Amino acid sequence: MLDIVSMPAHWLQELMRRREISAEELTAAVYKRIDQVEDTVKAYITQTRDEAMAMAREVDRVRAAGEDPGPLAGIPIAIKDNMCTRGTRTTCASKMLENFVPPYDATVVEKIRAARMVMVGKTNMDEFAMGSSNENSAFFRTANPVDPGRVTGGSSGGSAAAVAAGESVVALGSDTGGSIRLPAAFCGVVGMKPTYGAVSRYGLVAYASSLDQIGPLTRDVTDCALMLNVICGHDHRDSTSVRWQAPDYTDFLRPDVKGMRVGLPREYLGEGIDPAVRAAVLQAAENLASLGAEVEEAELPHTRYALPAYYLIAPAEAGSNLARYDGVRYGFRAADAEDLVDMFMKTRSRGFGAEVKRRIMLGAYALSAGYYDAYYLKALKVRTLIKQDFDKAFAKFDVLLSPTGPTTAFKAGEKTDDPLQMYMVDICTLAVNLAGIPAMSVPAGSDQGLPIGVQLMGRPFGEGDLLRVAYTLEQVGVEF
Amino acid sequence: MSSYETVIGLEVHVELKTGTKIFCDSSTEFGADPNTHVCPVCLGLPGVLPVLNKKVLEFGIRAALALNCEVARFSKFDRKNYYYPDLPKNYQISQYDLPLAERGRLDIETPSGLKRIGITRIHMEEDAGKLVHQGTISTTPYSLVDYNRTGVPLLEIVSEPDLRSPEEARTYLEKLKTIIQYTGISDCKMEQGSLRCDANVSVRPTGSHIMGTRTEIKNLNSFKALHKALVYEVERQVGVLKAGGAIVQETRTWDETKGITLSMRSKEEAHDYRYFPDPDLVPMVIDREWVEFIRSELPELPDVRRLRFVNELGLSSYDAAVLTDTRELADYFEVCLAFYPGPKPLANWVMGDLARLLNAGNLEITSCPVNPKALAEMLKMIDDGAISGKIAKAVFEEMFKTGKGPADIVKEKGLVQITDEGTIAAIVEQVLAGNPKTVDDFKAGKEKALGFLVGQVMKSTRGKANPELVNRLLLEKMR
Repeated sequence: MLDIVSMPAHWLQELMRRREISAEELTAAVYKRIDQVEDTVKAYITQTRDEAMAMAREVDRVRAAGEDPGPLAGIPIAIKDNMCTRGTRTTCASKMLENFVPPYDATVVEKIRAARMVMVGKTNMDEFAMGSSNENSAFFRTANPVDPGRVTGGSSGGSAAAVAAGESVVALGSDTGGSIRLPAAFCGVVGMKPTYGAVSRYGLVAYASSLDQIGPLTRDVTDCALMLNVICGHDHRDSTSVRWQAPDYTDFLRPDVKGMRVGLPREYLGEGIDPAVRAAVLQAAENLASLGAEVEEAELPHTRYALPAYYLIAPAEAGSNLARYDGVRYGFRAADAEDLVDMFMKTRSRGFGAEVKRRIMLGAYALSAGYYDAYYLKALKVRTLIKQDFDKAFAKFDVLLSPTGPTTAFKAGEKTDDPLQMYMVDICTLAVNLAGIPAMSVPAGSDQGLPIGVQLMGRPFGEGDLLRVAYTLEQVGVEF
Repeated sequence: MSSYETVIGLEVHVELKTGTKIFCDSSTEFGADPNTHVCPVCLGLPGVLPVLNKKVLEFGIRAALALNCEVARFSKFDRKNYYYPDLPKNYQISQYDLPLAERGRLDIETPSGLKRIGITRIHMEEDAGKLVHQGTISTTPYSLVDYNRTGVPLLEIVSEPDLRSPEEARTYLEKLKTIIQYTGISDCKMEQGSLRCDANVSVRPTGSHIMGTRTEIKNLNSFKALHKALVYEVERQVGVLKAGGAIVQETRTWDETKGITLSMRSKEEAHDYRYFPDPDLVPMVIDREWVEFIRSELPELPDVRRLRFVNELGLSSYDAAVLTDTRELADYFEVCLAFYPGPKPLANWVMGDLARLLNAGNLEITSCPVNPKALAEMLKMIDDGAISGKIAKAVFEEMFKTGKGPADIVKEKGLVQITDEGTIAAIVEQVLAGNPKTVDDFKAGKEKALGFLVGQVMKSTRGKANPELVNRLLLEKMR
């Protein structure tokens, strides 16, 4: 019998519905698990035990009163520490916001509360979501639960680790260039970045506004669909949120890919991809083909320009988004400043970590008079070409299949001295954000005990196609 | 001076009275306690997002149409990045290369006739907060920030460098204010900062078509300040050039107490604002039908109204200009006119006694205690001979003071005109009998003596005697 802390949410929901466990027991079990492993894993920056237990007891009361508390009620959830939680500090893993307590809830947090999910705590991340390994947290590094000497991937590493380690059942992350998918792959869980505009960004502390998107990290594909049902939908507080009626995503959970057209973009299987990872992708393709999917090679010719375009657009937006952290209104303020400008400079020099400062400077440079056309504007044009690549591909294919990361989880400290090496970790995930399309990472085997994730990319609002293919792959199972 | 020509362009900021801010629901009300009209969005807290208040766009289009601009079909917001503590995000959401409207015009009256001033562009942006210093900015030990104004919607209206003198600049600003007020989108109160103005000034040898190096003058908080600062700055620039010097491109501030402009920062110190499209706001595709609907709802604008007052009401161009100076005054006048179809006497009362009393009480026409119907009634009473023009002045003051109708006041105070010939004749007899010397003077040809006698009659009737009757009876009896 599996421990309840390693079961997916839909199983736990079934057990609660049958009164075999209570939400309170489940929450207590999760905290017990946290007490056992958190010293090693370090997934959380802040835990919200009292609030969580109170919500769990409310769910039990509602159920005891004979009402249905909702499909994910009582399910423990971890929230990345860049989503604002009223009354609970939201640090972005930065010294700058170490003691920042938001006076409001992000829209997704409101939705989580309305669904009566149990917020376990706020998870560790790369500072302001800038990083691919969780080593850029100003506080500590989250360890990969599979092998604590290895990284979780980033930037939603705490969320992925919490789900993988049984320290939560599901989690929310945010994904700007792969920040949900890469940690999902490295930790062996399911992670989805929805279509840009599908989930409200209101209350998500911005890194790069045109790329950021919130999404779920879960133990299986069914939980992913259930989470999308909670978080998707239009929000009048976010101008980039699309006016649409989200479907019931569980409708797509069918082990059937007959006639679906699956493309294998050749640019994602070339140089730099670990052979074991490539083998896992090809195995997944074979499995889908054997079930009646039409699998063919696809091409996305501008893929190699995604990384340079991303590292102009994202820092440009970040430099502006992070300008507000100046010590005037909230957050960290350098104490020994002599005047206003000195306060700005000392506050920002000490409050931000190295990677954040690096990207702010990159962004300022890309937008400077005389450089704008050559860098920022050119990057926007490249972005359009990348989008067109996908448009062409999706005229022919329903989903595209690729690696999520080029390798399995690497060792902590291995890439921290070489930012460019670190940036390369995201080569398979960045283009998706530039194009605004949905993509997910699904576990697809392992190499030397380390999980491998494969990435499924879909057309805008094609989350259903992704879920269908992912669910089928999950049902087929993978060879270990 | 005559050998130089002045070139001026104005950048005018107008605060829109939309009720709520440009990107959130906080109130735009002026004068509230510091930091009470704020929310997470206008405070720029981590995670918040702007959502455009559609009314701002509507008001912007209204201004654009009133100033004969072309409204963009596609427009967007950009971020203007600079650090200042009154700017909570350290960037201002503004518009850069695709403004709301361009290529407009406005006609001003100059001594040499009507002159057309080009409007380069109109764009929307958010206002910043307010810093409160102890003493001056350079000596204050600390500064306080009030974010109430942060996110109040602004229109920036930029003119072409078509203005050729400080007088023209002032006329342009006055005209712009009147038009904007007519459209109902702003109070345009310079003293409250809902109308603000920066000026770009240069001079060049008369006849030259090459622009001189310009300076930008800030801190112009009244029409007077604008005019004085421009006069000073033009003189300063001409002085520099005549002494063989060169104008430095810079931003200067007007020091009201010293009456001079002072250098703030040079071109080299100018900010690189690193404008880029705001990714939190989607571009706007402006619907033509909506624009035309807004056009159809525009009120009659001051120029058109003024001409109508001259051509259809037969008012002098001066009267028409005064009466149409604000939409509210013109509206008041026209409502009165509906009850009393005598434009000229009505104009005299509105521009005379009414204006005087409003001024003395520091009141706007919108809070005028005399309603148009009452004023019309009073004018009718004069025409009917129920009260004299002189009594009317007293009645009107009482109406203004108490808000009562003219008939009530006349009744209460017993001010009904005496028109009974017998009653007046008796008083005339008394006056003549009591002033034999004056009667002799009159008979000897001293015309002025009549006035004295009229005065005596009026005095003993407390001004109620019908003056024409008094005059006639006096003359008859002294013949």
